[in-house]
Amino acid sequence: MNSINFLKSNKQNFYYFLYLGLFLFSISILDVVINAFFKINVTSFLPGVISVFLPLIIGFVGLNFIRTEYSGIKSLDIINKNINTNNFNAILTLLIIFAIIKATPPSLSWMIFDANISGDTKEACTGTGACWTYVKVWFRRFMYGMYPNDLHWRINLAFILVIALGFFGFFLRDNLKKYLALYYVIIYPIIAFLVIYYLISGGAFGLVWVETGAWGGLSLTFIVSFFCLIFCFPLGMILALGRRSNLPTIRYISIGYIEFWRGVPLITVLFMSSVMFPMFLPEDFFMDKLVRVIISITLFEAAYCAEVIRGGLQALPRGQYDAAKSLGMGYWKMHIFVILPQALKLVIPGICNTFLALVKDTPLIFVVGLAELAGMLALAKTNPKWLGFAMEGYIFAAIIFWIICYAMSKYSYNLEAKYKTER
Amino acid sequence: MSEPIIKIENVNKWFGDFQVLKDINLDVSAKQKIVVCGPSGSGKSTLIRCINRLEEHQKGTIIVDGTELSENTKNIEQVRAEVGMVFQQFNLFPHLSILDNCTLAPIWVKKMPKKEAQELAMKQLEQVQIADQANKFPGQLSGGQQQRSAIARALCMQPKIMLFDEPTSALDPEMIKEVLDAMVNLAKGGMTMIVVTHEMGFAKEVADEVIFMDEGMIVEKAETKEFFANPKSDRTKLFLSQIL
Repeated sequence: MNSINFLKSNKQNFYYFLYLGLFLFSISILDVVINAFFKINVTSFLPGVISVFLPLIIGFVGLNFIRTEYSGIKSLDIINKNINTNNFNAILTLLIIFAIIKATPPSLSWMIFDANISGDTKEACTGTGACWTYVKVWFRRFMYGMYPNDLHWRINLAFILVIALGFFGFFLRDNLKKYLALYYVIIYPIIAFLVIYYLISGGAFGLVWVETGAWGGLSLTFIVSFFCLIFCFPLGMILALGRRSNLPTIRYISIGYIEFWRGVPLITVLFMSSVMFPMFLPEDFFMDKLVRVIISITLFEAAYCAEVIRGGLQALPRGQYDAAKSLGMGYWKMHIFVILPQALKLVIPGICNTFLALVKDTPLIFVVGLAELAGMLALAKTNPKWLGFAMEGYIFAAIIFWIICYAMSKYSYNLEAKYKTER
Repeated sequence: MSEPIIKIENVNKWFGDFQVLKDINLDVSAKQKIVVCGPSGSGKSTLIRCINRLEEHQKGTIIVDGTELSENTKNIEQVRAEVGMVFQQFNLFPHLSILDNCTLAPIWVKKMPKKEAQELAMKQLEQVQIADQANKFPGQLSGGQQQRSAIARALCMQPKIMLFDEPTSALDPEMIKEVLDAMVNLAKGGMTMIVVTHEMGFAKEVADEVIFMDEGMIVEKAETKEFFANPKSDRTKLFLSQIL
């Protein structure tokens, strides 16, 4: 293929080649676009094989024309450096562009142009596209599960309160700022638990009792993820410190814990928590299924957190420990003021990773009969009145999960930037 | 001579099978300045790290200001609060500003009120001439400035003894002088100092005694003039001929 290189631009005719190349490249794209969007084959007068490959050939020649070592034109250099380095790269680039263009019209028409959203029954969906009516009708179920319709305000109110309490720390006066960590690690989880327990469960203050089996949908995803996240982080931190402790008992307990929980699949842990765990408890002792699930996910994820945090602890130079010790700091002061602030900063990406995995693991609680968002989908798709719309449901859930996870990772980037210091 | 402030008796230390310190005996009295020199691997860093128990010795006794170093954590923390240390790699806390580096330990270890700690820190930073950098972070300073900050940080604990572990070895040649100047000032102020260094000029100017170590033993210990004028052992002579 290198024989084509004799058609190379030089200083004199550089722009001639550039414009010609861009023109050919555009033509090839245009041909595919017309073909994909309007189903018109402009080159139908040509023999079959050539007609199919024509855009590729024209585009290839075009890209070959605009390929120069260094032109000084910024966008052109970026293209040449990244997607047009050699002939093989140029062909790959073209194929990918064509594939994207080809795939756009069908997916758009399925999701938007041929889709239905009006009506309240399956029969309203007459088009060939997606049936968003299904998602619309089931929307409340997807959000709140089996929770009674007229009580949904309680869930909303509880979430608003929990979020507001979360922001509370930002408005503290400066002289109270030193208690912030205490607030977030101990007080906030307790308050959040009480708010969610009393508002969503009810049973007190004149609120009707709603058992946790009825909780579900996205709100349950949030509840489970929220409590698991805030509990597994401190526990993981303690385990990470324990694993590096000088005291053999603590060290071996931590290692044992971490290796045990990392070695078992989450699904078995959840199953055990709901089936076997109650057998070990005294008969008059009752622990709610949801609480058991939250505890088991927390214990499970804490092991992963611990290893991530340990990575951060090991990344710190020994001199930091020496310096803190030489100033007379004991174990806890050294860790709280010197080691952990630096180590935790290093592990923000890793912790974010673990947390994202945790959020996406929550659908597994379906195995013990708790139906959060993905669980509700699984229930809804087997509803006789609404058979055959699994696709719409899963796309909907995928979008919701993606938004949650993307927001979390964006937040972690912010944190990283905020706490970045030069070494 | 008064009662020694540091008393090291028959100290032995092993790293695994390798013996790094062999029967070290050393008395340091208050306000004395001692320079420890010797080839690398001779155990000089280990020796001064034993004095505030960043390293544990396995045999013998070390008594610092009347407190014996043992497994007792309370004793160790008490000794460390009285013994300041400056490291080769500065070891400032990179997530804290210079001022916070200096006030952290006084506030949390000595329970000093924040305001008082800050005033003290500014005073110490002025002594080493970097008061204007107080609100910068360590990563923004030059090596020499960082090392002077580290000296100030150690002094903020108002120690009775200062240990220096090759404080100028990681510095650009141009910055060595500013750090040595700070140390000379400190010495003139009457601090008890033990300095591991290869800066013989500094030793001649400041030290009361020079100790030469090799292979974990104190080969020679003499007053500064005596040490440089007529060293007794051949090993010392060889070392001096190479370094001077």
